[in-house]
Amino acid sequence: MRFVFSPPADEAAGLLTLPFGEPLEEWQDDRLVEIRQRGISRHVVRFVADGGELYALKSISERLARREYRLLRALAELNVPAVEVVGIVVDRGPEADAILVTRFLEYSTTYRALFSSPRTGQPTDRLLDALVELLVRLHLSGFFWGDCSLSNTLFRHDAGTLEAYLVDAETSEQHPALSAGQRAWDLELAAERICGELFDLAAGGMLPAEVDPVHTAGQLLPRYEALWEELTREETLRPDEQRYRIAERLRRLNELGYDADEVELISAPDGTRLHVRTKVAESGQHSSELFRQAGISADENQARRLLNDIASFRGYLEQRDSVPVSETVAAHLWVQEVYEPALAAVPAGLRDRLAPPEIFHEILEHRWYLSEREGRDVGTTTAAQSYVDTVLPQVPQPLAVSIDDLTGPPDGAPEPPEDTVLR
Amino acid sequence: MAPVTLEHVDKVYAGGVKAVSDLSLQIRDGEFMILVGPSGCGKSTVLRMIAGLEEISQGSIRIGEQLVNDLPPKDRDIAMVFQNYALYPHLTVADNMAFGLRMRQLPADEISRRVAGAARALGLEPYLDRKPAALSGGQRQRVAMGRAIVREPQAFLMDEPLSNLDAKLRVGMRAALADLHERLKVTTVYGTHDQAEAMMLGDRVCVLAGGLLQQAGTPQDLLDHPASLFVAGFIGWPAMNLVTARLIADGGQLAASFGAHRLAIPGPALAARPGLAEYAGREVILGARPPDFDDAFDDARPSGPSRARMPVSVDAVEELGGENHVIFVIDAPPVEHKDIAALLADADEDEAPVPLAAGKSLWTARVSSGSRVRPGDSIEFGLDAGRLHFFDPVSGLAIGRTEPENSA
Repeated sequence: MRFVFSPPADEAAGLLTLPFGEPLEEWQDDRLVEIRQRGISRHVVRFVADGGELYALKSISERLARREYRLLRALAELNVPAVEVVGIVVDRGPEADAILVTRFLEYSTTYRALFSSPRTGQPTDRLLDALVELLVRLHLSGFFWGDCSLSNTLFRHDAGTLEAYLVDAETSEQHPALSAGQRAWDLELAAERICGELFDLAAGGMLPAEVDPVHTAGQLLPRYEALWEELTREETLRPDEQRYRIAERLRRLNELGYDADEVELISAPDGTRLHVRTKVAESGQHSSELFRQAGISADENQARRLLNDIASFRGYLEQRDSVPVSETVAAHLWVQEVYEPALAAVPAGLRDRLAPPEIFHEILEHRWYLSEREGRDVGTTTAAQSYVDTVLPQVPQPLAVSIDDLTGPPDGAPEPPEDTVLR
Repeated sequence: MAPVTLEHVDKVYAGGVKAVSDLSLQIRDGEFMILVGPSGCGKSTVLRMIAGLEEISQGSIRIGEQLVNDLPPKDRDIAMVFQNYALYPHLTVADNMAFGLRMRQLPADEISRRVAGAARALGLEPYLDRKPAALSGGQRQRVAMGRAIVREPQAFLMDEPLSNLDAKLRVGMRAALADLHERLKVTTVYGTHDQAEAMMLGDRVCVLAGGLLQQAGTPQDLLDHPASLFVAGFIGWPAMNLVTARLIADGGQLAASFGAHRLAIPGPALAARPGLAEYAGREVILGARPPDFDDAFDDARPSGPSRARMPVSVDAVEELGGENHVIFVIDAPPVEHKDIAALLADADEDEAPVPLAAGKSLWTARVSSGSRVRPGDSIEFGLDAGRLHFFDPVSGLAIGRTEPENSA
């Protein structure tokens, strides 16, 4: 038996004691858990909780396992949101398939869970926007997905929006660049699958009556084209406006979470044509800034929200003490006096519901709501306590549950029968 | 349904890498055409160019009468199928097949007609109202096929469609695909690296290597009349035995001499290979297919003037159930040629030849499972010399091969 792991994989060392010599479907181990509302895979997939981490193990042929391992690593290098591959296990015995090990995405949710959760409202627009963003990032990086669907995607909350992560790269292909035909085909496949998934939700009584599967699936292409155009369009510049228009274009790319890989200026009779080769940014500028100031890892929109709160807090400090306060000092004090106390109000039993920056974002939302209701600023401490008492318990439990706990549906909601996509 | 015609098609990638060179191929209306070749041979590129996923650098592609060079994929009326399928648990079998048509907003009665037709072709009529959970694995696969069939495309394109399936399901799906094509007769272009799959499924098989068309023909034609050393080595299992031999004139007859062996070439075989006689006194590469041998104990062995004799010492016998493979050493070095090198480069680890002492190579004869040949036996194989193959040692092309009517 051979284990091939991507370094660093120290925390995955506990996986080595799993019974890899036996068929995955026959494993009996206390560390096995189940994921609610997941699709049935073509292949055997089991989930393991070990050392505080959750892993997905998929049994597939060695050829496919090695291919998917390589592609998922390439996606990570290109900063495209995808599940993180931990390693593969091969040579498990005659006739035995390999096992691909990926880390289950923390605080993630599925489209089915989103549609069945009443607290988030109808998620169609956010789902489509997240999927479009993911497709554009893949395509800019030369990746053809070949199997884009809501089922093959996990979603994370990001301060009112969703971020989509690719889950299954079995059919993906990496090219130096994609042709228009390849992109069009990926989108056609995706639209058809989304349509099928929404028809399925409708047949299962889980789709709000106002959502039309055909219309919704039809929205994918125009939304994709709008973003693609924004990121890749060629524009003609007059000599006198060149400098600021180029800077403006690059700033806009950064705001959208992208970087310019190469800027090309081509002289033309009607001016200079600007062509920007766009690439996926290493991380969003707000995420980078928040990490620099406060040492907090957050998704882009969460980071924007937290940075705004740091800025407000800095203003408050300067007003209170009538002295200038540096950005670094303000951020440090904000973490100590605002962020950490607010999160400390969350009891241990609810801490796995959402990522900490998302909880803080929701506390800020809740503070605004309470303040509006009471006609005064209630303050973060009061808002945090109220949020923890009234809102956070309504957030669905995490997707992973112990196999023994699978006797009842989460949050008292009826678990739909066969709530899965057969793949 | 429509023919698919490629004329002088080139595909050159950025940086000058030529993936396909001057490919001309006529895929007839209703034909099951296989594109086969080792990794990087260009088969996926050809399929993608037909589908519209890759632009062509030169030449033309027509689907039916329509030139599709500049048409986007969705307007080509083709279906790329079976790479992945997803069945939806709350939808009935009928709805699982129909939803793509509902998305395209076809009239309800037209959708019903198409679903009924596909269900009939796939043997799914009794299950139309069931949910996928109530179906077997094979039935689910057929529902997935149904989703492509109801589109009624001009052609199906399939790129390694079975490669993600486990071995058992792959065999079942292969049979289902063959059966389905027999019933529907939709033009199908199918890419695979597996020559056994190609030979089993294809009305015709197109062998590609390095972006060049090597040969297109019926499976039997490729086996019996390979156009080149590459095709000879790639098609057929076990692979064709090859050796560098000298053609010598022998009392008014021509014979091939290698190691300790001398095989007389029957007159009709010589006559059927124009130009072969001109190689007298020179080297050729000689090929013998494993099934063309018979062992001394085989009562059904052919007799007559074309039967040559080859005394050998048996090295190993592989008993495969339905047949035995007899492995023996011949006193001649393995053939060295660029085509052979290309094949070896693509071979799986366990297919790579075992290194032997200098000047020797391994041959295989396929005999019946009732054969009494055992390792260590010294026996005399019969070999149908009328079915020997001859290749030019420089170009690797078959000597004296006449182009059959059903080629590209």
